[in-house]
Amino acid sequence: MNVSVLDHTPDTNVRFSSVGAAVSLRGVTKAFGQQKVLHGIDLGIPAGQFVAIVGRSGCGKSTLLRLLAGLDQPTGGRIEIDGLETGWRERVRLMFQEPRLLPWQRVAANVEVGLTHARDGNDRRRQAIEAIEQVGLSGREKEWPSILSGGQKQRVALARALVSHPGILAFDEPLGALDALTRIEMQTLIEQVWLDKGFTAIVVTHDVTEAVALADRILLLDAGRVAMDVTVDLPRPRRRGDPAAAAIEGRILERLLER
Amino acid sequence: MKRVLPWIVPAGILLVWQALSQFGLLSGQVMPAPTAVAEAFWRVTRSGELWRDIEISTWRAFAGFAIGGGIGFALGMLNGLSRLSEKLTDSTLQMVRNIPHLALIPLVILWFGIGEEAKLFLVALGVFFPIYVNTLHGVRSVDRQLLEMGRAYGMSERAIFWRVVFPGALPSIFVGVRYGLGIMWLTLIVAETISASSGIGFMAMNAREFMMVDVVVVSILIYAALGKIADSVARLLERTCLAWNPVYAEV
Ligand SMILES: Nc1ncnc2c1ncn2[C@@H]1O[C@H](COP(=O)(O)OP(=O)(O)O)[C@@H](O)[C@H]1O
Ligand SMILES: [Mg+2]
Repeated sequence: MNVSVLDHTPDTNVRFSSVGAAVSLRGVTKAFGQQKVLHGIDLGIPAGQFVAIVGRSGCGKSTLLRLLAGLDQPTGGRIEIDGLETGWRERVRLMFQEPRLLPWQRVAANVEVGLTHARDGNDRRRQAIEAIEQVGLSGREKEWPSILSGGQKQRVALARALVSHPGILAFDEPLGALDALTRIEMQTLIEQVWLDKGFTAIVVTHDVTEAVALADRILLLDAGRVAMDVTVDLPRPRRRGDPAAAAIEGRILERLLER
Repeated sequence: MKRVLPWIVPAGILLVWQALSQFGLLSGQVMPAPTAVAEAFWRVTRSGELWRDIEISTWRAFAGFAIGGGIGFALGMLNGLSRLSEKLTDSTLQMVRNIPHLALIPLVILWFGIGEEAKLFLVALGVFFPIYVNTLHGVRSVDRQLLEMGRAYGMSERAIFWRVVFPGALPSIFVGVRYGLGIMWLTLIVAETISASSGIGFMAMNAREFMMVDVVVVSILIYAALGKIADSVARLLERTCLAWNPVYAEV
């Protein structure tokens, strides 16, 4: 809480590098009624790491992200962010598969949704415009969301997530609905803002190639447990079709298709 | 040319009507000529009687609309947001909805006599249901994903209401408002025709007693004009408030 207030220093042009927050999960379980979805997850993510989570559909990836975003409470275990058990909700931002923009608000007002703490309007607008610039949509502040393309809407959603300088940015299959080319553009953009701002990135994806292209570390979730924890130690920017990447991808796919 | 096209048929009808009256094929006791109607309009306007009647009718219409619409809106919102309140009241309201409100006229006259309350009550009751039903439907159909987004972004309950629920329900509420406006005029016409001592309906019934068909036609046209004005204002509001919606963006 107090950390996030400090991050909002009204100083112009302060680059919030190294705002990443560390995540620690200890024995986290989640059940919906009788159905156990997460069976005790132990996991430490250092500040600023780029983590990808892959796994079969229904294995609990979204459930895990919702716990991290504070949208849901774990049934058991502890979640700590930067060593705090509570008060970190504002430090985490979640991006969904759909842009989820408010259709009745223009682009800038949609981005300002990310600035939860009421502040002076001019300052909010300035921060929103800065975030819109970061995602490459300068000049579109006054448009209605309905006239933007799918990729542009997702960029606005990214600006909304970035505008409060979160310590953790969690993505739930954010590119799943985009065409192949727009996907690659968005991957590049996400990598670029991550390098620029230094938040901790947690991306759920069903695309193993995407995971290998972006992440420092890939977690494979299976039946509510972390079944594989792979470090991707490849230099950036990563080339598409690198044999080392293909090898990692092959290993993960093999494990995914087992059974 | 495109702007003229829709007016050709009505203008033709007026001309034929005038010609039929002129040549005595249409009796003035059945349907006075357009010129006679215009003359009657001029007469009642100058005497000031028309403005008083329009004023009182308009006041009744909108006071009834405000009461019925206000309660309908509040209950629609409440039942859309609270399961408990919906369980408690919705099925009762749906049952009452099956009673045509105009069927209550004899009862209403027994309760209120022919005073203002009777007309306000009928208009309010008639307007209540379309606004209630459409507000409830609007709140229910608000995108759950947007609600979840609001929560994930730390919006307060108040902010969620004003920034997500209300604007999301607004298109549906407007459908209810426009439908309610139609019912408002219809109810008022019936109520004023049956029992009133002022208003446009009274003017028409009074003219009938003195066989002034032209004034009767004038009152019918006034009702039509008032209805049209109310609907146009509602459309304009709709287009302004829903400019974000591509459906309303053109035109
Ligand atoms: N709110 C909920 N109530 C009941 N069951 C749920 C709920 N959310 C998710 N589940 C169940 O939890 C399991 C994991 O879901 P989810 O985390 O969405 O999987 P995925 O890995 O595909 O994102 C599924 O079997 C799903 O049916
Ligand atoms: Mg999912």
